[in-house]
Amino acid sequence: MTNFPIDKIRRDFPILQRKVNGKPLVYLDNAATSQTPKQVIDCIVEYYSLYNANIHRGVHTLSQEATDAYEAAREKIRVHFNAKHREEIIFTSGTTEGINLVAHGFSKRLKKGDEVVVSALEHHSNIVPWQMMCEETGAKLRVLPMLPNGELDMNAYADLVNANTKLVFVNHISNALGTINPIKQIIEKAKTVGAAVLIDGAQAAPHIKADVQALDVDFYVVSAHKMCGPTGVGVLYGKKTWLEKLHPYQGGGEMIDQVSFEQTTYAGLPHKFEAGTPNICGGIAFGAAIDYMNTIGFEDIAQYEHDLLEKATQALLEIDGLKIYGTAKEKTSVISFNIEGTHPYDIGTIVDKLGIAVRTGHHCAQPIMDYYKIPGTVRASFAFYNTFEEVEALVQAVKKAKQMLL
Amino acid sequence: MNTIKEIQEEIVDEFSMFDDWMQRYEYMIELGKSLPLIEEQYKTDDYKIKGCQSQVWVHADFQEGKVVFTADSDAIITKGIIALLVRSFSHQKSEDIIAADTKFIDEIGLKEHLSPTRANGLVSMIKQLKMYAIAYQAKANN
Repeated sequence: MTNFPIDKIRRDFPILQRKVNGKPLVYLDNAATSQTPKQVIDCIVEYYSLYNANIHRGVHTLSQEATDAYEAAREKIRVHFNAKHREEIIFTSGTTEGINLVAHGFSKRLKKGDEVVVSALEHHSNIVPWQMMCEETGAKLRVLPMLPNGELDMNAYADLVNANTKLVFVNHISNALGTINPIKQIIEKAKTVGAAVLIDGAQAAPHIKADVQALDVDFYVVSAHKMCGPTGVGVLYGKKTWLEKLHPYQGGGEMIDQVSFEQTTYAGLPHKFEAGTPNICGGIAFGAAIDYMNTIGFEDIAQYEHDLLEKATQALLEIDGLKIYGTAKEKTSVISFNIEGTHPYDIGTIVDKLGIAVRTGHHCAQPIMDYYKIPGTVRASFAFYNTFEEVEALVQAVKKAKQMLL
Repeated sequence: MNTIKEIQEEIVDEFSMFDDWMQRYEYMIELGKSLPLIEEQYKTDDYKIKGCQSQVWVHADFQEGKVVFTADSDAIITKGIIALLVRSFSHQKSEDIIAADTKFIDEIGLKEHLSPTRANGLVSMIKQLKMYAIAYQAKANN
């Protein structure tokens, strides 16, 4: 891709100017958290400088301005994910809270004999809440297995789903391997038995614009900090019909209609699930992040990142003894790898000394590491503000690390 | 046998010869490779210190009033640091091990590896070395 405005984009990210260990920072840990453009930083500064106030209950000007900005952000997010109703967009503290909120709601609805399906590619945050829910309800947790190339075994899925299946949980993109899962197909199959589907979109949101109506998904969860927004804020999309049925997750202010010591009636959506003062600035900045990414355009982002992935994959595979885990046909710009005879921690430590930030370890996805019988991997994950020179810097650093270690 | 302090000073001295981080790390990697491996029978979960990033195995013996440590790790840089820790703490008296510190790791520019947030098992390993020393001291006093 030749006309991608990479120089202009890089100027938007102040952090990309800094040095680490005396070397220019090469930030390749984007799957863990993305960096923040000045447009979003400015939005945060503006909020605290001009209209910081509590929302939804003040009659004064600042409170009104903050409320308007917060609700405008909700609307931006609704439009971005193409939800039908604004009250289907619930602000959360992030993907993990979104998942826990749904798991909590379902723990009141499931019984012994019910089954829930979770994929083998999940992050711990999409395994543990369901295990807890199953323990509580007696429902059975069934695992949709993976194939050696990091794709899900869709033949096995067809056999797993049955009349007892009540819920299916799969991530849109695997954080450890980058596999893009066939969620449309997964949702369609689940619908044939009336099961609800939750898609963990944390890794997908920075790369793919999901259309929740076209997908006909019941729940879709994301975090702002993976897509140029701040940490501590995210969104749960839920179909209105489901959100109305689910029990509130937390009690507190904002989420009530009438309170007496005898009885409390809950507020309508979305406030029923938004107890207490939310991360107001975070929500507003999330809206600014979505604006920023849409200005660049998700199609261009996907194309550019794909080019980075191709180049990095090719160059890394030229290193003798280097093995890439996760070679699905459809994958995002994540490369998980090891070098024979070395430990990922050692590679990560040395490349950090060379200014390159990668993630090492099990990436909160121990079942995947167990599947490959490895302690972990080195994971380089690219964003649209990374460059081809940075890909080259990674390759050189990995070569250097290998030379030092072997 | 030199005291823990003397050994640590010796290590600091050795590291002062290096000009940059790369030489320091190359030396550590060499140390990691030359560390006498823990006996296979002790490389089990009972002797394992779990770290999120790398794992460490430690075993202690009491010989002629001294505590003798052997240790291993699946990551070589972690193992290099273990080699330095074992060199300074092993074959020492329990009370000296309990009283000793690990400031020399800071002085040789490897501080970041002993950060509790690094999750490489080293912080727990140092605690474990001291626990062994405390246990042997209690045993000796009985």
